[in-house]
Amino acid sequence: MDINWANVFDWMVLLKCFVTGGIICIIGQVLIDKTKLTPAKILVIFVTTGAILGGLGIYQYLVDFAGAGATVPLTGFGYNLAKGAIEGIEQYGLIGAFTGGVKAAAGGIAAAVFFGYLASLISKPKMKKQ
Amino acid sequence: MDPLETKQTYQDYVDKKSPNSPILKNCFNAFWVGGLICTIGQVILNICKERGFDTQLSGTIVSIILIGISAFLTGLNVFNKIGKFAGAGSLIPITGFANSIVSPAMEYKSEGYVMGVGGKMFTVAGPVLVFGISASIIVGMIYLIFHTQSVTLV
Repeated sequence: MDINWANVFDWMVLLKCFVTGGIICIIGQVLIDKTKLTPAKILVIFVTTGAILGGLGIYQYLVDFAGAGATVPLTGFGYNLAKGAIEGIEQYGLIGAFTGGVKAAAGGIAAAVFFGYLASLISKPKMKKQ
Repeated sequence: MDPLETKQTYQDYVDKKSPNSPILKNCFNAFWVGGLICTIGQVILNICKERGFDTQLSGTIVSIILIGISAFLTGLNVFNKIGKFAGAGSLIPITGFANSIVSPAMEYKSEGYVMGVGGKMFTVAGPVLVFGISASIIVGMIYLIFHTQSVTLV
């Protein structure tokens, strides 16, 4: 299949994505440097924030603007979960709140579990440098 | 003292005297590494769309590829070096989620493949999934009650 590379490397789209993704990471960096939050808590905060902003419909604007710049950071993971839950509700009612979110994020979660386990198996134990 | 060492000691002195510079430097590194990871994601996303996949599936493919790459880079001890340099730049993108699964799993490999690797994988990823999924269910229930997204707020 022919790919139009001019569309793939549309510099305006990539620039918006780069700047938005970068700014989201700066927010994380400020949290790391200025608070005593552990990285794990920061990840939790980002995912939860993304889910809440996704539920309010605010995050959708950022996704429309920045594409992967908004979906690749972990806030996008939360947004994806919330969006899936809402779509599930519209389709199946209450039960959709339980099935929709994980269904939407299933690929990412399954890949993380599978590749995570595989990569841990092939990893070499860390050498202690003396 | 050779020149390089002098420069190094001077740099250390400057760093010590100007407490503002590390956070600016950290933020700058986080900005461009994080931005770059997202841009790589956007390029993959664009290729998927050009191939005719819908937005939802394209996004999933991007996540799977980025997670796969960062999981193996963590296993090869490369990701930790990027992480030390970029801080949040590699932690906040979905790459950090994969890294948070592989890092503890590697560390506890000696405790066995089931409870060691299989169990410790979720030291950090577990809370992320617990809070992420719970938040999405609550969001869904609130949506069910009010049956509207409060877009009007914006």
